[in-house]
Amino acid sequence: MLKSTFLKAVAVTALSVSTWASAQAVDLQFYFPVAVGGKAADTIQELTAEYVAQNPDVNIDAVYAGSYQDTVAKAITAARGGNPPQLSVILSVDMFTLIDEDLIMPFDDYLTSDEEKAWLDGFYPSFMANSQTGGKTYGIPFQRSTPVLYWNKEAFKEAGLDPEVAPATWEEMVEFGKKLTKKDDSGNVTQWGVRIPSSGFPYWLFQGLAIANGAELANAKGNKTNFDAPNVIEAAQYLVDLSTKHEVMAPGIIEWGATPKAFFEGESAMIWTSTGNLTNVRDNAPFDFGVAMLPAKETRGAPTGGGNFYLFKGVSDEQAEAAVDFVQWITAPEQSAKWTIATGYVAPRAETWETEEMKAYTADFAPALVARDQLEFAKAELSTYQNQRVTGIFNDALAAAITGQKDVATALQEAQAQADEILAEYR
Amino acid sequence: MSRMSIKREWVHGWLLLLPAMVFLFAFTHIPAVTTLINSFFSTPRGRRSAEFIGLENYQEMLTDDVFWKVLWNNLWYAIGTIPLSIALAIAMALWVNDKLAGRSFVRMAYFTPTVLPLIAVANIWMFFYTPSFGLFDQITGFLFGWPASNYLGNPETALNAIIVVTVWKEAGFFMIFYLAALQAIPVSLKEAAQIEGAGRWTVFWRITFPLLMPTTLFVGVNAVINSFRLVDHIFILTDGGPDNASALLLFYIYEVAFRFWETAYAATLTVALLVLLSLLAIGQFFFFDRKVHYK
Repeated sequence: MLKSTFLKAVAVTALSVSTWASAQAVDLQFYFPVAVGGKAADTIQELTAEYVAQNPDVNIDAVYAGSYQDTVAKAITAARGGNPPQLSVILSVDMFTLIDEDLIMPFDDYLTSDEEKAWLDGFYPSFMANSQTGGKTYGIPFQRSTPVLYWNKEAFKEAGLDPEVAPATWEEMVEFGKKLTKKDDSGNVTQWGVRIPSSGFPYWLFQGLAIANGAELANAKGNKTNFDAPNVIEAAQYLVDLSTKHEVMAPGIIEWGATPKAFFEGESAMIWTSTGNLTNVRDNAPFDFGVAMLPAKETRGAPTGGGNFYLFKGVSDEQAEAAVDFVQWITAPEQSAKWTIATGYVAPRAETWETEEMKAYTADFAPALVARDQLEFAKAELSTYQNQRVTGIFNDALAAAITGQKDVATALQEAQAQADEILAEYR
Repeated sequence: MSRMSIKREWVHGWLLLLPAMVFLFAFTHIPAVTTLINSFFSTPRGRRSAEFIGLENYQEMLTDDVFWKVLWNNLWYAIGTIPLSIALAIAMALWVNDKLAGRSFVRMAYFTPTVLPLIAVANIWMFFYTPSFGLFDQITGFLFGWPASNYLGNPETALNAIIVVTVWKEAGFFMIFYLAALQAIPVSLKEAAQIEGAGRWTVFWRITFPLLMPTTLFVGVNAVINSFRLVDHIFILTDGGPDNASALLLFYIYEVAFRFWETAYAATLTVALLVLLSLLAIGQFFFFDRKVHYK
């Protein structure tokens, strides 16, 4: 008797404390990854603190969760353990995986007023391509990027090229590359024309070629890939030819991480890499450099990349509303400008580019605009159900083609067959 | 002794064992059994719960090209790392066991790689291997005029490049065990042999090496385990590429489990790894043990 009274008392106290707490403040846990160095983490922490200071009824625990890979692993593990974060920044391409795991919910249900619904239309459509499916919005673009071409103006001058003009087409890139590739007396290459890194995730930059050639690697439903389409094979053949036939790029797999360094050291005169490296190159390149859109084949083209905000299942209505409000705040022009200037990530809303801060920034540093202008030609990034696995198969096929283990068509046809086997159950 | 006190001793015995057993069960036995059970089920995803599918995961494993590739890679990795790191460890131990100037310094230098975390080591080696402006290319380019290499980006050399880092990392650690063993060998044996007119090689081959056998067994078991266990540097150096040319079994298990989220299939691969390791351990103790001279 005594025991049960005691238990009741405990239960009542616990209940009242928890209702009291929720009446006082909403607690949010928010995971974020960092892929480009220390400043990004500091900026997110700063912005979060600023929001909490303005909104005393919300508590946000911003947790740095490592790389993108670590963050999605952590979020899935926490959710399986019954303790998901309310909010997390995860790769936009992991959307189908997270839906398949039944972990996330669309933002639409919490965007009730017309004004809030209109807010979604303010994002660049190419960034929304990997964020919406089945008419619902699951991801809000935040730390998004796109690849661009950086070129060394001094090397261009030395090679007798106009230092202000970047290659605009595939043919020009080869032609310029041949002029830029330098050899010493014994025939060893001392400077390569172009560097398209292929380690780890070659599919990402490869899409810059595939999209320019009119191909999309997967459908919008995320259940069918086009790895063996003729224009994909042609694009892959071009990539392989750069080092085997035209000899303007180093053979074998080229390391992603060492690419900016290779540019600074003069190992390569043109590099393809993310806009996330813009600030890094600006601070460290010992020569004049230019930034251009990726060269065109049938059209200009580039993938998007980077992370979106996701809203996790299992949150209370108050938490969801607070989370949505926070996301709206942090993607608003003022905050978004701060974030873009600190990191080089592309501001995902047109209105951000109209702020005074951004105007001052781009006036001083015009290359930042290239990424924004390229968005017009950008298409969705490869994203499917079981995304990491399907992308992994495609990465392996590209690596096999680049290193000459398999010929391009065979490698891609095999990859398509494997992807079909995995995706069949989602059709 | 009365029945009561036997029972009490029995209780005491179990109580003393309990802390260790709790940890052993919680972190070794229960996970192993759970893994085995999971390998007979499908991967649960979202609303679809796990279903019993019998041996289907095992069939998938046998037809999985990547599985055979990583298994084969692991064999090469073992063949490449174990004998070489043991031979190097013995050579280094013999060298720093002699009286030479700066002996402590050399010992410390050999042991340093062991102290460094493997991830940090991998980042340093990453720079060594970098084509054209990495350390190796700068040296070979300056001395011999060699063209730029691409050790990590070429399927023929990627695994060997990984093996070199592993040997460099492991040899110093094994050296410590050999050094301790060498100091336990009585000098009188060596002196007696020298009086009989035995050369340095005979002394090593007939006296030192046989007496080091217990250490070699111990180091050998560790080296075999490490050849399946040490995969941290692969994440930094090659990420398993190009086209899985440098992926090892444990790396593949991690990839399947925490990148692809195919947890059931990862459990199946883990069972394969467990079976392989137990067979190797049993084999080593069973066959090797007879050739070892214990004092």
